[in-house]
Amino acid sequence: MSARTEILDRLRAALHDSPEAPEIPRKYRHTSGMSEDELIELLSDRLLDYKAGVSVVDEASVPARVAELLAGEKSYVVPAGLDERWTALVPGRVVDSPQEPLSVEELDGIDAVVTGSAAAVAETGTIILDGSPGQGRRACSLIPDHHVCIVKAGDIAGVLPEAVRRLDVTHPLTWISGPSATSDIELERVEGVHGPRRLDVVIVR
Amino acid sequence: MSPTYLGMPGLPVYGDGNLHASEAFPAAARRELGNAQLRANLGHATHTIRDKRLRVVAELPDWEDLREAGSAIKASVMARLPELLEEFEKNFTARGGIIHWARDADEANGIVRDLIRDAGADEVVKVKSMATQEIGLNEYLEEQGISALETDLAELIVQLDHDKPSHILVPAIHKNRAQIREIFLREMPDVDPDLTDTPARLAEAARLHLRRKFLSAKVAISGANFALADTGTLAVVESEGNGRMCLTLPDTLITVMGVEKLLPSWTDLEVFMQLLPRSSTGERMNPYTSLWTGVTEGDGPQNVHLVLLDNGRSAALADEMGRSALHCIRCSACMNVCPVYERTGGHAYGSTYPGPIGAILSPLLTGITSEENASLPYASSLCGACYDACPVKINIPEILVHLRSEDVESRRGTTKVPGQMDVAMKAASWVMGSGRRMALAEKALPLGKLAAGPDRKIKKLPGMAAGWTQSRDIPAPPAQSFRDWWAKEHHDPGSEEHTELEEKA
Repeated sequence: MSARTEILDRLRAALHDSPEAPEIPRKYRHTSGMSEDELIELLSDRLLDYKAGVSVVDEASVPARVAELLAGEKSYVVPAGLDERWTALVPGRVVDSPQEPLSVEELDGIDAVVTGSAAAVAETGTIILDGSPGQGRRACSLIPDHHVCIVKAGDIAGVLPEAVRRLDVTHPLTWISGPSATSDIELERVEGVHGPRRLDVVIVR
Repeated sequence: MSPTYLGMPGLPVYGDGNLHASEAFPAAARRELGNAQLRANLGHATHTIRDKRLRVVAELPDWEDLREAGSAIKASVMARLPELLEEFEKNFTARGGIIHWARDADEANGIVRDLIRDAGADEVVKVKSMATQEIGLNEYLEEQGISALETDLAELIVQLDHDKPSHILVPAIHKNRAQIREIFLREMPDVDPDLTDTPARLAEAARLHLRRKFLSAKVAISGANFALADTGTLAVVESEGNGRMCLTLPDTLITVMGVEKLLPSWTDLEVFMQLLPRSSTGERMNPYTSLWTGVTEGDGPQNVHLVLLDNGRSAALADEMGRSALHCIRCSACMNVCPVYERTGGHAYGSTYPGPIGAILSPLLTGITSEENASLPYASSLCGACYDACPVKINIPEILVHLRSEDVESRRGTTKVPGQMDVAMKAASWVMGSGRRMALAEKALPLGKLAAGPDRKIKKLPGMAAGWTQSRDIPAPPAQSFRDWWAKEHHDPGSEEHTELEEKA
């Protein structure tokens, strides 16, 4: 008998008492009812708590803010689908695309990465990347040391269930809540282990 | 040990691997209790996480609603497990993933070894996984000439020190910074000899040590926190980015997961991703969560495998009372509130799964007749703190009591000569079965005073009862029994008669 058949048989036999699957009570919050200002304020507060950088700007000020954040970085990479205007003021852009992907060694030699985002969750301070053209391959937002992420105010959800309903889970999803961190040594939090050491989130009104 | 499986469904088939303790809990606990460093580290850690957890849980007005939903979703998963597994398999496979089924630890290890060899690798990077710990994968691969490198900082510390994890969430909780610095200096070939013991410097050393490995690894191995049946998606929750490195950079990804980790649908994940981080690290959200559905062309691993593991889970599922132990999402909240765990630490439990959840899960997976694990259900004061803390409302105390009775039942009739306990219980039953006999027995109470010293405490009882007095004193019994006192106070001449009547009834 194949392992598959045998395991499924065992599991069926284990349910000899035919337990009923209960109704799922879903009384938890599905929406927050927060205004855009409140969402921005809460997301900022949570991200700052994780030691991420946060700036809130209008659409026209994005290029200048991105330029400030990238000052001092020798090189940066963007996914092919990123809005070109956002990085227009910063020379030296390297573009990564699924057709012409950079090798991990090349990515390792690049200081920063600028991406968009698919959604954000204010209550938990989470930004979500789904691999679509403005966000790129997962390796791009992982290997460079500094991640600048642009979040549109309209993409911010108050609570997690709101964001989940806006996403397509069959895309590779990366949920990011602050820069990489560890608390494994005497529970003292250290930011920056294997992922980017710095995370700057630019929220666009 | 596991009974042999005869191919007949319905017989429980217990798990093997690192689920069996090498010694019984009481002996292991006695030794661990003598480790002052361990107790100091543990006390600090469990209290810190406990307080953080309470703070962030209090922030959510719908915490209890989330727990209710989480508990019901898991009960529903268990009731529909075979069909949900088939649904998951169909969806994961449709998107380019490959599924392997493993009856036990040996089979799972063999599958993983073959996949690594097929990929032409003799070295793999690993993201922390309880399932691979349970099957002893690292040790097995080492015997096969394949080195498996743990990349979670705490797991790396434990691996470098040739030690074992002592906590699900913070496996190196029993080591302090000075000990970790020593381990790094001793075991990391290229470490900076001037390494200090500040956590930031130690984390940096681990980053440098692992960076090349991440960028060059061909094969990665992971566990999975959740699997979504309706989409065929797997999820890994982590903090350091080592998970993302493993899940994204190598060309081959092998995930090992217990069959119970399923969730019916994508929207169920919203419940668990609110329950898990707050319960485990006391954070609103963990830094990184990765979700992948089979293979994504041009992004991430192009050979994606999943080993679905039984290893005793079907036997645990067959236990109607104990089944809900499989609801566990490995958050470790129960350990951090447990007075027993706090003093003995995780090593005392022997198994991969320590603490209150381990005390029920290990014997359910191995069978209560597994000699060393039979003592685990007694490793509790039944205070109930674990039940209060469990985000999916596993009634651990109830299952502990259930397993204790299973243990007693399984021992019944195994020896021809009745034990001290049997004799004592039989005698007590005879005495307590009659009011007159009880009254007579109580007349002997003042004799207890003779056994007590001048401080009116009995310090040492004979025989089996000695175990009880080893760490506590018994106050000397009163000079007069309640029965006598009542009779005297109420001038109740009929008390004797009364007991006669009771006996006749």
